[in-house]
Amino acid sequence: MINRSRLESVTERIIEGIIRFCGFSAILFVFGIFFFVFREGSGFLFSGLDIGQFLTSPEWFPTSVSNKRYGVLALLAGTASVTALSMAIAVPFGLGAAIFVSEFCGPKLKETFKIVIELLAAIPSVVWGFIGLTVMNGVIIDLFDAPIGLTVLNGGIILALMSVPIIVSIGEDALKAVPDSYREAAEALGATRWQVIYRVLLPAGKNGLLAAVLLGIGRAVGETMAVLMATGHSVQFPSNILDSVRTLTATIAAELGEAPVGSDHYQVLFIIGILLFTITFIVNLASDLVVKGIRNK
Amino acid sequence: MSTYSIQTERLNLWYGDFQALINVSVDVVDGIITSLIGPSGCGKTTLLRSFNRVNERYGNVTTTGEIKVLGKNIYDPDVSLPELRKSVGMVFQRPNPLPISVYENVVFGLRVHSSRTSLKKSESDEIVEKSLREVFLWDDLKDKLKVRATTLQLEQQQKLCIARLLPLKPQVILMDEPCSALDAEATRAVEELMVSLVGRYTILIVTHNMAQARRVSKECIFMLLGEIMEHSRTKDLFITPQNPKTAEYIEGRYG
Repeated sequence: MINRSRLESVTERIIEGIIRFCGFSAILFVFGIFFFVFREGSGFLFSGLDIGQFLTSPEWFPTSVSNKRYGVLALLAGTASVTALSMAIAVPFGLGAAIFVSEFCGPKLKETFKIVIELLAAIPSVVWGFIGLTVMNGVIIDLFDAPIGLTVLNGGIILALMSVPIIVSIGEDALKAVPDSYREAAEALGATRWQVIYRVLLPAGKNGLLAAVLLGIGRAVGETMAVLMATGHSVQFPSNILDSVRTLTATIAAELGEAPVGSDHYQVLFIIGILLFTITFIVNLASDLVVKGIRNK
Repeated sequence: MSTYSIQTERLNLWYGDFQALINVSVDVVDGIITSLIGPSGCGKTTLLRSFNRVNERYGNVTTTGEIKVLGKNIYDPDVSLPELRKSVGMVFQRPNPLPISVYENVVFGLRVHSSRTSLKKSESDEIVEKSLREVFLWDDLKDKLKVRATTLQLEQQQKLCIARLLPLKPQVILMDEPCSALDAEATRAVEELMVSLVGRYTILIVTHNMAQARRVSKECIFMLLGEIMEHSRTKDLFITPQNPKTAEYIEGRYG
């Protein structure tokens, strides 16, 4: 018989349909989330909110009785300062660890490291928040003689610990993707291990390593619970790393429950959501383009 | 009497429990091309790779016996691997230029072996031109020095892999089936290049291609199952082989 049975071709089609739906659902959800966040905030975004002031004023008084002001500049500064500090710590540590795991480890140690790093990535952010609130808080007060330990430094360190696993695992993949023939060629020319790394591996894997860093940044910008607990939650421009700050994400998490549904305050929180969406979208897009750059080469 | 670039004395080599080289004692004459032939798995690539100790990359390698390169035992504790590999260059089966520019590929060895500041731009320009001229690439590539080397044609890549050894002034060049990834035309070009390097460098080439061994090499070593069966002038080995195993191999009875 050349003809397939009817039943077979029908089940084939159904299965294909289900798989197709699973694929498209990812796109559907992303657009769905964007649509609903946008819908909640759009009323105030297009009528009432002064966008210039929103982005440039540091005054965040959404619940003032006489003079409500919605400026997120201080919150942006909070997010930026915590993210920048966390990357200043996480990038060297993460890339260093990626190089170590990929180039210097024996196979057994490598397995152990990967398991531990995955474990580190699996710790819930609220647990990191606890560590910030209890352990780090005390340590910072003791070490720096600060009045409070819930600061940019605290949040930055916690975020760094959370971003390192991502940077390590993606960075290690990037280095693993560098063909072994490059290492062999360089070694046969007499290059030492360190010379192989910085003259061959880093240039050859730079796109993948950059993508690892950008994904780490994405993680740090979007993180909410840990920074809410570790940074002290005070709206201000940080003048040094021992100041408390508040981030965009923490503001949404803390205030959304209290803002009356549909009020200006409620809508502004959704507009902050759109802003965050835009920031992480740009970071992800950038890392995507960078990764594509690898493939095209 | 000829002098020898490489001499081994009862060399044995194991990968784990597997013995890949058995009692290899061989003298490679200075300044000529010597070819290493034999069926797959006979240890010819292993022997080649032990002359600059790149086989140690895989770990799990045990060696006994002696390898003398230019009179110096390379397993002596005071031997520096970078220095050894500087004087014993290697060309691989698949062209493996580094993913940097043509120019940087040629000066890579110098950068690795000299301190950061000691290499002047004018000097390195001169060295790049000289090296590329020696491998007949200068006319093709003089306007493409900034191009990524991995985008070149395979023939050019393999010639570049030879060119990048030259600034280090190696005494010995090891070639592991350097033409097996190339087409007939490119093979001819690379063979011509090899012949043009005779006299200035001692070249040791592993090849599966017996015709190639006859064309380019002056001496030929036939290996089987980790042992050296015969080592003589190429002409003699192919016309009047002394060992019946050699005769059977070159007649194509196995391999």
